[in-house]
Amino acid sequence: MCDFPFFSLVCTGEIFELKAELNSDKKEKKKEAVKKVIASMTVGKDVSALFPDVVNCMQTDNLELKKLVYLYLMNYAKSQPDMAIMAVNTFVKDCEDPNPLIRALAVRTMGCIRVDKITEYLCEPLRKCLKDEDPYVRKTAAVCVAKLHDINAQLVEDQGFLDTLKDLISDSNPMVVANAVAALSEIAESHPNSNLLDLNPQTINKLLTALNECTEWGQIFILDCLANYTPRDDRESQSICERVTPRLSHANSAVVLSAVKVLMKFMEMLPKDLDYYGTLLKKLAPPLVTLLSAEPELQYVALRNINLIVQRRPEILKHEMKVFFVKYNDPIYVKLEKLDIMIRLASQANIAQVLAELKEYATEVDVDFVRKAVRAIGRCAIKVEQSAERCVSTLLDLIQTKVNYVVQEAIVVIKDIFRKYPNKYESVIATLCENLDSLDEPEARAAMIWIVGEYAERIDNADELLESFLEGFHDESTQVQLQLLTAIVKLFLKKPTETQELVQQVLSLATQDSDNPDLRDRGYIYWRLLSTDPVAAKEVVLAEKPLISEETDLIEPTLLEELICHIGTLASVYHKPPSAFVEGSRGVQHKRLPGSAGSADSPDTGSAAGVSEAPPAVIPSQGDLLGDLLNLDLTPPTTSGPPPAPSSGMQMGAMDLLGGGLDSLVGLLHLGGDLGGSPAMGAGFGAPPTAMPASFPPPVSGGLDDLFDLGGSVGITDLVYVQIWLPAMKAKGLEISGTFARRAGVIQMEMTLTNKAMSIMTDFAIQFNRNSFGLAPAGPLQVLTPVGPNQSIEVALPLSTVGPVMKMEPLTNLQVAVKNNIDVFYFSSQYPISMLFVEDGKMERQVFLATWKDIPNDNEAQFQIKDCHLNSDAASSKLQGSNVFTIAKRTVEGQDMLYQSMKLTNGIWVLAELRVQAGNPNYTVSTVHVRYIGLTGLVSSDLLPHADRRAAA
Amino acid sequence: MIHSLFLINHTGDIFLEKHWKSVIGRSVCDYFFEAREKAVEPENVPPVLQTPHHYLISIYRGKLFFLSVIQTEVPPLFVIEFLHRVADTIQDYFGECSEGVIKDNVVTVYELLEEMLDNGFPLATESNVLKEMIRPPTILRSVVNTLTGASNVGDTLPTGQLSNVPWRRVGVKYTNNEAYFDVIEEIDAILDKSGTTVFAEIQGVIEACVRLTGMPDLTLSFMNPRLLDDVSFHPCVRFKRWESERVLSFIPPDGNFTLMNYHVSSQNLVAIPVYVKQSISFFETGPCGRLDITIGPKQTMGKTVEGLMVTIHMPKAVLSANLTATQGTYTYDLATKVLVWDIGKLNPQKLPNLKGSLTTQAGTPKPEDNPSLNIDLKIQQLAISGLKVSRLDMYGEKYKPFKGVKYLTKAGKFQVRT
Repeated sequence: MCDFPFFSLVCTGEIFELKAELNSDKKEKKKEAVKKVIASMTVGKDVSALFPDVVNCMQTDNLELKKLVYLYLMNYAKSQPDMAIMAVNTFVKDCEDPNPLIRALAVRTMGCIRVDKITEYLCEPLRKCLKDEDPYVRKTAAVCVAKLHDINAQLVEDQGFLDTLKDLISDSNPMVVANAVAALSEIAESHPNSNLLDLNPQTINKLLTALNECTEWGQIFILDCLANYTPRDDRESQSICERVTPRLSHANSAVVLSAVKVLMKFMEMLPKDLDYYGTLLKKLAPPLVTLLSAEPELQYVALRNINLIVQRRPEILKHEMKVFFVKYNDPIYVKLEKLDIMIRLASQANIAQVLAELKEYATEVDVDFVRKAVRAIGRCAIKVEQSAERCVSTLLDLIQTKVNYVVQEAIVVIKDIFRKYPNKYESVIATLCENLDSLDEPEARAAMIWIVGEYAERIDNADELLESFLEGFHDESTQVQLQLLTAIVKLFLKKPTETQELVQQVLSLATQDSDNPDLRDRGYIYWRLLSTDPVAAKEVVLAEKPLISEETDLIEPTLLEELICHIGTLASVYHKPPSAFVEGSRGVQHKRLPGSAGSADSPDTGSAAGVSEAPPAVIPSQGDLLGDLLNLDLTPPTTSGPPPAPSSGMQMGAMDLLGGGLDSLVGLLHLGGDLGGSPAMGAGFGAPPTAMPASFPPPVSGGLDDLFDLGGSVGITDLVYVQIWLPAMKAKGLEISGTFARRAGVIQMEMTLTNKAMSIMTDFAIQFNRNSFGLAPAGPLQVLTPVGPNQSIEVALPLSTVGPVMKMEPLTNLQVAVKNNIDVFYFSSQYPISMLFVEDGKMERQVFLATWKDIPNDNEAQFQIKDCHLNSDAASSKLQGSNVFTIAKRTVEGQDMLYQSMKLTNGIWVLAELRVQAGNPNYTVSTVHVRYIGLTGLVSSDLLPHADRRAAA
Repeated sequence: MIHSLFLINHTGDIFLEKHWKSVIGRSVCDYFFEAREKAVEPENVPPVLQTPHHYLISIYRGKLFFLSVIQTEVPPLFVIEFLHRVADTIQDYFGECSEGVIKDNVVTVYELLEEMLDNGFPLATESNVLKEMIRPPTILRSVVNTLTGASNVGDTLPTGQLSNVPWRRVGVKYTNNEAYFDVIEEIDAILDKSGTTVFAEIQGVIEACVRLTGMPDLTLSFMNPRLLDDVSFHPCVRFKRWESERVLSFIPPDGNFTLMNYHVSSQNLVAIPVYVKQSISFFETGPCGRLDITIGPKQTMGKTVEGLMVTIHMPKAVLSANLTATQGTYTYDLATKVLVWDIGKLNPQKLPNLKGSLTTQAGTPKPEDNPSLNIDLKIQQLAISGLKVSRLDMYGEKYKPFKGVKYLTKAGKFQVRT
């Protein structure tokens, strides 16, 4: 059964025939012809050649014909912009038709014609339609503003349509309000800071009134908009909640979830002892449960959001565990999400039920799901202490099934259980050892080796077991190799007499035969530790490990708060802040939950949540122990003098490596971070590296512009760039922002430390990695008082340039480690090279001349500086403020040539010639010569353009 | 908002595309095909995918993927709900939602999509508004269209969109005025080996078919509205009256619609109508196993259980089944390893039993995974939660309509673990 028999008819000949029919005098024939054209168009045939003929049919009283012509126009106007102008008159006329439906149709169609020329003509009719007496026309016009904005944003702003749109929020008709909100929200997305949706109690009231009467889609727009509002007090918050609650019973799940978002956010402001607060909590559970009986795609989105909600307010769903039980025919993506939530809801009260379910899942068919179920059992053990024993016995049961992947997965989680409850379940080790041969996945092998190493003193044949792994050392993955190395060293420290040979074997395998730098470095560290100070080695390698906790897989509280504000959005599905992935919205403001009523006692805010209340327990990450190492060495940061003489047994390689003392350790840390393991941690705790060195894009404009921008002030001035070096999300709540500056000859790193976590931070210390100019802290970090939650403290850290040197990429990159009582964090930043120009950088004229000639051409670079509106004298005096000294000035053919010199802290001289043409804003720094004095060998040729670009400033 | 829509069949061909803003090339679907490949089963494709410049949100209905492309932050549920609405509309118009039907009616579908979204914002999604503008095909009309080349674009405008009750058109006229309500309940349950209920809940829905002249205002009340604490309504229901009086007061849409959904989860209210005694075991030695299943009535409230059917997904190693059924017939599909036992009516005097041996592949180890049993059943004239409609009143019109209520209980996701 076919709608149209024309599909096959339209060929070139047919086009001519249609053309003739379209131009026919008979109305009926015309109409039939247009229909045929549309039929061909909808099935994708090209009938654009008929454009003028079809447009000619537009002026008609026949509504059906008009609609068909409009359909045609929307499709082809883009390809025939000049022709499209022909249609404008009819549109303008239709916009004044007595029938509101025709007016609306015209304005709607006009907005869909994405042709620049047409948009100009659209403005007047649109303005009229926005103020039309009929709500249907106003509502259509509101959307049209969004369309127009998409085509030509500037035009919309110039024509003042945005203000008209804002007025429509107060319209008497709910549909108009909803569409105005929708249009504004869409426009606001491309203008993150425009404050288009300026919400005040009056508009909120309008929105809430409209909410009850508009369509389901309109309700979504309005609810999402409401969620951006911050009520003035708890009373207003409660009244909004009361008016939003009925939306929880809507059949459209998107409406329900948007309502949940508003309630979750505004609940924060309600006092916990209020009766209404409890009522609201109870009301939230049923709609969330209902979402789970919808189609699987809806379930998935709902589950991702429920995952956030249970982390923030576990009490809402704590009695609803059973709805998350996995059904046989759920799609896999729903199964995995349900499993995750089950663990989050697991508590002492329901753990028996949960375990029985998980055990059931572990016998299902789907391998991925089974693995995750086994892991989940381990997570239960870690989360609910009382259940640990039962979990272990369940895991042992599963190991007995001998299903290969189940066994491997079980061993990996048992290792985690050992980490949480050391010295408690060693009795199971024997069973584990029985399955040694069946392990073929690196993670499981690494876990097993870790267990053997950790409990070497209780396993009689530990040396034999480890030796058996050693045979195929080179075929193992890095993870296993690292683990094996650590395990054997542990074994040696525990039973030194019998295992000397073994340890030597593994150290030589790791250091000589391996080309993996991570493995080699760890090998050297152990070797050196063992040969210099076995006692220290014992302290380091066998140090007590911090316990792991359930927190490991919780979302970091500040991120969680932000995500709660984004319930129902893509951000909530990805569990990432919108700024992390939404294109073109880098300026998106981070949303925060409002504080509770009487927010003086701010630590109390999340007390009901339980999540944020818990102290940030130690979370395992690599560098636990290296952090301690750092700590040991941190007190005299500048005196990282020559390393202790290497013992006789040491190889040259080792010496080289450790030559830098502490710094190489820091360097190693970075390396380790990248490769996912470090000696203390041992590979394979499954935790992803939590403290990766953060890198930031270098300042785009380079140093030059700032210096010129600085106005007349003297010296290298106040803040150049205050950058956020370490965002709170990456550092368990510690945020570090700051800038580098040179003040009175002293280089300073000026930092603001902000505590965004819930607990107090103390014991701050700082350390730099080796860097290109030997920057190092000139003293300890002066943070004397503990930093409380939401407090921030400003510190200026003087820097010296006598630290160890290593060339960085980019040259001005500085890697920093900051430690506090919680953890060690790493970040990297870039400093403006101008802060390294010293005050005595003025070269004698003769010396300058001679040096200039001496320098080989290789050391020369040229570039242009654009858009600099200063004459040569002003430039010269400004540059002097930054220790760039003008030695001589020449004027040749209207060009000013400035000869300049500057000296870096490491004694390198940079000479420059600056060519300024009066009236031309572009400077040419035509030649720059560098002369090495002092430290040589460090600076490679790429220092040149770099140093220069900054220096030219 | 929603940028583009692609309809993709199960073999991965894009057979219809629609763009509401600028055109986005088909190549964006490659990311989807990649995910589709990885997921193996079409049901398992993740509904939300991220690509470098777009987000892809898809649903899987009737062996078709409805894939929408969005560019900015749009609530995913909004998109998924809308896609389901598109599928519902197609189903409503053409009786089914399949590739063949869409291809046959491609012009109508295209016109529908045009009316449903404007610039990515939902415009007219109510079935009665759409039907006013774009007439659904009837056999007569398609014959006439074939002969005359007429289109389906109506010469009327969506007057319904101007009214305060957008879901109902004005000027409805019937010679027979009737209002039927079907209370349909589905039992979702998981029973463990021993027959204990691990989890059970009821998903209820009231489907209405209302053909009434004019603008009737209906009130539906229940004998026991207390049962309903978790409900979601069609937009026509006045929520305030429900909150204060526990009655459903509404001006109904014309024709078929879902009046409300509800959800009963408290354990003691969910009756399990049948019990299943089963044992499926495989021997350590020899390539065979044994199967024995008996089904009997449990809490049926005196009604007959009909349409009883058991579906078992057997482990891969099971080659064949040699069974005897005391009632009904069984089939074992070798390719999909699905055993289906179609029983029919449950006779409490003579319980149906399926018994016999299974042959497994020689040389393979005993299957590790336990198959689970999915049960299908139907009970007429019973809402298992005990929900009952007490009366239906009509205001605003003078005639006497014909009224009727039907009840039906079905098994939803009802599974028994072994």
